[in-house]
Amino acid sequence: MSASVATSERSQHTAVTVITPAEGWVAPRLREAWEHRDLAWFFALRDIKVKYAQTALGALWTVFQPIALMLVFTFAFRKLGHVTTGSIPYPLFVLSGLVFWTFFSRVVALGSDSLVANAPLLTKTACPRLLMPFFPVLSALFDFGITLMLVLVLAAGYGDYPTWRIVLLPVFLLIGCALSLGLTLTLSAINVRYRDVRNALPFVLQALLFLSPIAYPLNRLGPRWEHVLSLNPLVGVINGFRWALLGATRPTASSVAIAIAISLVLLLIGLAYFSRVERVFADVA
Amino acid sequence: MTGESVVRAEGLGKLYRIARSGGPEGRSFAEGARRLLRASNWSRGREGFWALRDVSFDVRQGEILGIVGANGAGKSTLLKILARITDPTEGCAEIRGRLGSLLEVGTGFHPELTGRDNVMLNGAILGMRRSEIARRFDEIVEFSGIERFIDVPVKFYSSGMYVRLAFSIAAHLDPDVLVVDEVLAVGDIDFQRKCLGRIDEVAHTGRTIIFVSHNLATVSALCSRAILIEKGRLVAEGSVRSVLERYVASTVAHTGTSLRERLDRRGSGRVRFTGVRAGGPSGALVVGEDAEFWLDYDADAPSDLANVMVGVAVYGGMGEPIFVCSSRVSGQDFEAAPSEGAFCCSIPRLPLLPGHYTLNVYAEVNGLLADWIENAYAFDVVEGDFFGSGQLPPDSHGSLIVNHSWSVAPATPVEVATGQANG
Repeated sequence: MSASVATSERSQHTAVTVITPAEGWVAPRLREAWEHRDLAWFFALRDIKVKYAQTALGALWTVFQPIALMLVFTFAFRKLGHVTTGSIPYPLFVLSGLVFWTFFSRVVALGSDSLVANAPLLTKTACPRLLMPFFPVLSALFDFGITLMLVLVLAAGYGDYPTWRIVLLPVFLLIGCALSLGLTLTLSAINVRYRDVRNALPFVLQALLFLSPIAYPLNRLGPRWEHVLSLNPLVGVINGFRWALLGATRPTASSVAIAIAISLVLLLIGLAYFSRVERVFADVA
Repeated sequence: MTGESVVRAEGLGKLYRIARSGGPEGRSFAEGARRLLRASNWSRGREGFWALRDVSFDVRQGEILGIVGANGAGKSTLLKILARITDPTEGCAEIRGRLGSLLEVGTGFHPELTGRDNVMLNGAILGMRRSEIARRFDEIVEFSGIERFIDVPVKFYSSGMYVRLAFSIAAHLDPDVLVVDEVLAVGDIDFQRKCLGRIDEVAHTGRTIIFVSHNLATVSALCSRAILIEKGRLVAEGSVRSVLERYVASTVAHTGTSLRERLDRRGSGRVRFTGVRAGGPSGALVVGEDAEFWLDYDADAPSDLANVMVGVAVYGGMGEPIFVCSSRVSGQDFEAAPSEGAFCCSIPRLPLLPGHYTLNVYAEVNGLLADWIENAYAFDVVEGDFFGSGQLPPDSHGSLIVNHSWSVAPATPVEVATGQANG
């Protein structure tokens, strides 16, 4: 889509598409993706509709899962592990963590599989590949919105109401999106050729669940391990999310800085890598 | 319709590497990492094959270009390059204006979604904007003829309904250049005709269409020009008629070579055709002169054959079926036949226009297929005088001449006509 040439027949500009072999690192086709943004919208709608098609309980499933996990974690960590969470009641602590975690892990899991799951689009259509890892973001955001209400209801039940800090919530959500997309762009591209990603990912995500401040606050591990685990970019995001939502302990500036830096780096790597290899997707999918 | 070039391909080529199957990926970690980074090594293996090589052509505005060729000749690869699904390995192509491609009907359809949702989704996949789909929605549904079921999940659709809806969406895509692959080989005849009509209509509004099909009749009905691809190379370009004739001729495996060596045959082998000879009283096959087709054969055992049926099917220069002659149809199946010999099919006053023809031969023994060879023989019919009038019908309406005569009678009295109707 480089040059524009005016045709004599129609007085409008006609775009000229030039098809040539490409090699090496190329710029991400962001404009093309943006022009087809409706597609991401329709795919989000599709995912949402399909998820609840022919289910008796519909959207209630979205709410049941975090509640059930919250009960299990509360039982295990609270009754057996005697974990304390400062000013925030443990169930609220764990539920808020789980709500964010569910969003993050869904975007990464579904996003990494997005190209493989939509293989016919790769081999039979020219719709922008760069959009596909984005497909799950919108539908995951939809579920996130529902479960966020659940957290607010539970918080109100404990007499805890949102403060001005809630305006910072989108900031942490945005960092979370950048982080998950950065991972997703790289993983989805590798997944097209090497399905190892499919096998490794559930395990890695499960490990990450327990290495992030979701079921317990990191300070329970002592300062040394807390420092080590703070390299996990999710620490700053989740603590920040909880702080903005419930007024828990403020995340350390360093943990937020680490989260932002790592997210941006992963996003850039993901974009560059994806753009470099996307041209062979149709041949190997 | 200025006739300016809208699509220009220059030296297009595509190299596929043949992947070795099985075995774990990568020898060492370093090699694996290098491969991950270098996209071109993904389809690995040193050996490659050129699915397409050095293909150049032009398509002018308003043209419908047909691409023909055998399976695996590279037609689909060419379409995928033009549709920007895959990159060429060499060469380049330029396309002026908005490009739409339709390589498969209903890509991205989800069975759980309703027809309505799938129209929106599929429209977006094909490159339409939300507003555009909304604007044309009613038109799309009307064209598909399934208004009543538009809010039913498509998993409850019959395959015919599914295809109708899917094609209707694609038919309302509004590109300057449309790339279409064999999608018309589906649906019932009426709907196929509707689709062809739509494509024709689209082309008449100045759009350009590139069309791949195995159905030579469709190509000849629809396209204004054609190219022939063989083993990845463009071997013929020009009028539909000349290209299709060349294509059909190329599918005939070396006429004159013995049928004995043909392996692309089906049947038990109880009877095997070994050759075909044809001729008339003057030697050549002449329009309106008696013709004889001799089918030489032998058998897999020296014993005499019993209960044999033989037939030939004749095809025209563009692969279109013309007629069948069979001993079953004429009521002349052979109760006994020698184990080696020739069956003869006599056709009085050969009713074919001058041109190039091919034929399939087949035989059954005791109701079981014994031998069947497609494109077993090719022959030319030369000019002659069928009616003794010095006139032949035009070849625009088929290659067959039907013997007929004309007469005239005065107007029939009215009471006779009513009397017949009542009787």
